[in-house]
Amino acid sequence: MSRLADKLARQQFVVTAEIAPPKGIDVAPALAKAEVLRDMDAINVTDNQGACMRMSPLVLSRLLVEQGFDPILQITCRDRNRMALQSDLLGAAAMGIENLLLLTGDHPKFGDHKASRPVFDLDSVQLLKAVERLQQGVDMAGKQLSEAPHFFSGAAVAPAAEPQALTLKKFKKKINCGAEFFQTQAVFQRTQLESFIAEAKQFQVPVILGVLLLKNVRMANFLNKNIPGVQVPQDLLQRLEDAVNPLQEGVRIAREMVALAREFCQGVHLMTFGQENLIPQILAE
Amino acid sequence: MIISTPKGREELAALLAEYHSLYIIGCGACATVCKVGGEDEVFATQEWLEENGHEVVGSMVLEEACHIMRAARELRRCKAQIDEADALLILSCGAGVQSISNCVDKRVLAGVNSLFLGNIRRFGEFEEKCSLCGDCILSETAGICPVTNCAKGMLNGPCGGMEDGHCEADELRDCAWLKIYQRLEKQRRHGVFERVVEPKDWAKKFKPGQHRLDKNGDKK
Repeated sequence: MSRLADKLARQQFVVTAEIAPPKGIDVAPALAKAEVLRDMDAINVTDNQGACMRMSPLVLSRLLVEQGFDPILQITCRDRNRMALQSDLLGAAAMGIENLLLLTGDHPKFGDHKASRPVFDLDSVQLLKAVERLQQGVDMAGKQLSEAPHFFSGAAVAPAAEPQALTLKKFKKKINCGAEFFQTQAVFQRTQLESFIAEAKQFQVPVILGVLLLKNVRMANFLNKNIPGVQVPQDLLQRLEDAVNPLQEGVRIAREMVALAREFCQGVHLMTFGQENLIPQILAE
Repeated sequence: MIISTPKGREELAALLAEYHSLYIIGCGACATVCKVGGEDEVFATQEWLEENGHEVVGSMVLEEACHIMRAARELRRCKAQIDEADALLILSCGAGVQSISNCVDKRVLAGVNSLFLGNIRRFGEFEEKCSLCGDCILSETAGICPVTNCAKGMLNGPCGGMEDGHCEADELRDCAWLKIYQRLEKQRRHGVFERVVEPKDWAKKFKPGQHRLDKNGDKK
């Protein structure tokens, strides 16, 4: 059992963060960043994040395993068909990678290879189910595997997306297909989280709240405009605008979100964009 | 209907550069409606070619270029003129181009780009509604095709990129899954949300597609 799975099973509050593989072959900076995140319970390794081509997260995840970290390998359906996804999954298991975050993936239109063919042979729900079957020793073609892999399958959910009833339908499908934990898109409002958790808690699947450090109002506006599923509400934009020290205000906002997570969720997933030194402040109770 | 757009004049000029005499073939079906290969466009292309130093030895507008046997018959009628041409410039969809390449040895040059199977909203406005995937689930999705209308072709609900009901890949478009959900709600049924939709069987979309009916209209 991965350390993340173990801690969540024991209902302890977890903290995760993320790193991106390099656009190039030098992994030293990524590993150095991981070192800064040594206290995290697990580290997500993104998969061609934002549809921008980078090194395979499978490779960086393995390097993290070698360094004693507990990676969460992110796998999207954008770039590989069902055969390639399954073979990467078997490879991941063979290399000691256990935690997965199974995603549909951003559309190539957001990235740096806009002309690439979007694959989407599977969607996130179908990928979860494929992982479940692999763990039962059977691939998507119904063929037996010589040995079954073992994973801790995570999925994403956007609690702030409206209508929430629709979000919940998808959430339930993911649970039915084997999602064992969720990491959420960044959330900024108590009311949205509260009503989501009120419905979600009956399923008893741990939810790790996405907490994003807003550095200033410019960044918040950028996120609103360019990042799918992230919406910073007007009152927070105003707070960042009015603040003498916007970064400190951002930390304060993040801390409020962490407090919400302690109330409603089983952990936080921190997105700090190069400000990892502020993580202790964000987590301070 | 097959929706197509004309290749740009610059691209066309490069394509035609090494051929002096040309025979132009348009199509009376989709290409005429899309205004890329009807009589008007064939005529305009002829004028443009002649202004640019080419010789046009003849032209025709086939009734339906996608009809393989009829296209061959029409072309045989004009064999003498076609024989004079260095190449044939075809102003029809890719299917039409191949009816023609199927029955002549001459070089065929495609003058238009075929885009999609489209519905017509109004004159000059076309929308893709069906991807011809060979595995239809419209009955469960309230008559809205997620394979086509969702930018990611998702089968089990919206992705995390839906914002204010809009698609992450095109904020001017509604999220197809939101529309499916709203329509199913209106019809007071769960439809596709009741089950996990299995991954598509792309074996049904084997390329190249071929479909034959026997005398009773059943598939052979």
